[in-house]
Amino acid sequence: MPRQTPLHEVHQSLGATLTDFAGWLMPLRYGSESAEHNTVRTDAGLFDLSHMGEIFVTGPQAGEALDYAFTGQLSTLAPGKARYTVICAPDGGVLDDVIIYRLTAEEFMVCANASNYPRVAAELADRAARFEAKVADRSEEYALIAIQGPRSQEILATLTDADLDGLKYYAGLPGVVAGAEALIARTGYTGEDGFELFIANAAAVPLWHALTAAGARPAGLSARDTLRLEAGMALYGNELTEEITPFDAGLGRVVKFDKPGDFIGRAALETKTEPRRRLVGLVARGRRVPRHGYPVVDASGAVVGEVTSGAPSQSLGKPIAMAYVQAEMPENGDLAVDIRGTREPVDVVDLPFYRRKK
Amino acid sequence: MSTIPGELSYTKEHEWVAGLDDGLTVTVGITEYAAEALGDVVYVQVPEVGGTVAAGDAVGEVESTKSVSDIYSPVSGEVVETNQAVVDDPSLVNSDPYGEGWLFRIRIEADPTDLLTAEEYGTLTAGE
Repeated sequence: MPRQTPLHEVHQSLGATLTDFAGWLMPLRYGSESAEHNTVRTDAGLFDLSHMGEIFVTGPQAGEALDYAFTGQLSTLAPGKARYTVICAPDGGVLDDVIIYRLTAEEFMVCANASNYPRVAAELADRAARFEAKVADRSEEYALIAIQGPRSQEILATLTDADLDGLKYYAGLPGVVAGAEALIARTGYTGEDGFELFIANAAAVPLWHALTAAGARPAGLSARDTLRLEAGMALYGNELTEEITPFDAGLGRVVKFDKPGDFIGRAALETKTEPRRRLVGLVARGRRVPRHGYPVVDASGAVVGEVTSGAPSQSLGKPIAMAYVQAEMPENGDLAVDIRGTREPVDVVDLPFYRRKK
Repeated sequence: MSTIPGELSYTKEHEWVAGLDDGLTVTVGITEYAAEALGDVVYVQVPEVGGTVAAGDAVGEVESTKSVSDIYSPVSGEVVETNQAVVDDPSLVNSDPYGEGWLFRIRIEADPTDLLTAEEYGTLTAGE
């Protein structure tokens, strides 16, 4: 049986279509997923992300432990700030991509993917053992609600006295929202401005109701997936796997070779900075949608890559996809995607597909 | 619960068939149950007018945000008309699956024998 979040009964009462995602029963959509997508682009959408993991790393050497465990340099992160990074296997393959929040000088919170957090917690415990740092997987204590979209701040401001103006992108601060203690983080996975609210499980239902009463509208994982795809953001299991290095995925910027000390994956990654494949954006010229696993073919019909994610794009009005193709591919060499036996022409474009207006 | 009009016939693949009692030409679409399961339909491919199809043939496809499904012809015969409105605006499949969201019309050679009644289709979808 898939696990249920603290908001399960709310989703049921809203008539959500539920889906098993990474062992959790999650809302796929409440009504029209296209409308939910557009709500986030133009207004404010509300997501239940309580399936995500929250792993705390604490102690005088917590920063050093994270520097050793992840590819990024977390010890230099200022308290109240957040950073996107990845955790690699010794061979450089990605085990998960995470956001790490530095709560205080000696306390960090790692927000890991639902499908991966038990393994991330186990790896962290192992990797931190040589440091003065403790690792605690507190995922079961926390719910996570995200409000995303251009009206997010306006709506959230009606429920908190926290200084949202002072809270910049990739920052997080403790605050009270609708009476509940929360970590208020200005992060997200939609390409819009927005906030992620980490709260105790018991606070989830009242906070959800407070946010919807204030004007945020529920949005499901289907909209979340099309939003992150338009924003060119990787999804673990699609663009990122253990077979993929950060350099393959165009995430070389999160690998900090110049930080002091060793980190797991360093030796392997130093030999893999020039990958044989690269992640590209594709826009279909036709209306059929390139989907996960479909082959990318060149003009001769030879397979030169594979689609990792694809969906109809609301913002572009055309199907879009991300795909791994051979690194030496010409920039725009008459590519197509084999969609169930038919070659459908695509154009290679720079990621992201969508960038919000500042 | 989705609507299952009593006067239509159905297939296990979630198509509906209308007009069997009126003579030679039947209208085909997908059921509201199928449309709801798919989510927002973004692309519909219908068969070519003039083509001959056999019952059970994959003759088109219907694509939503999250998935794509084949459309199987519920009957054998010749495709005599397709719904250009639904090709231009696939959301008609969601908004009016039994009406404006119809997909194609087929001139049948003989009455099909293995379609489901509304009651049988209701039992089928209740079990899914």
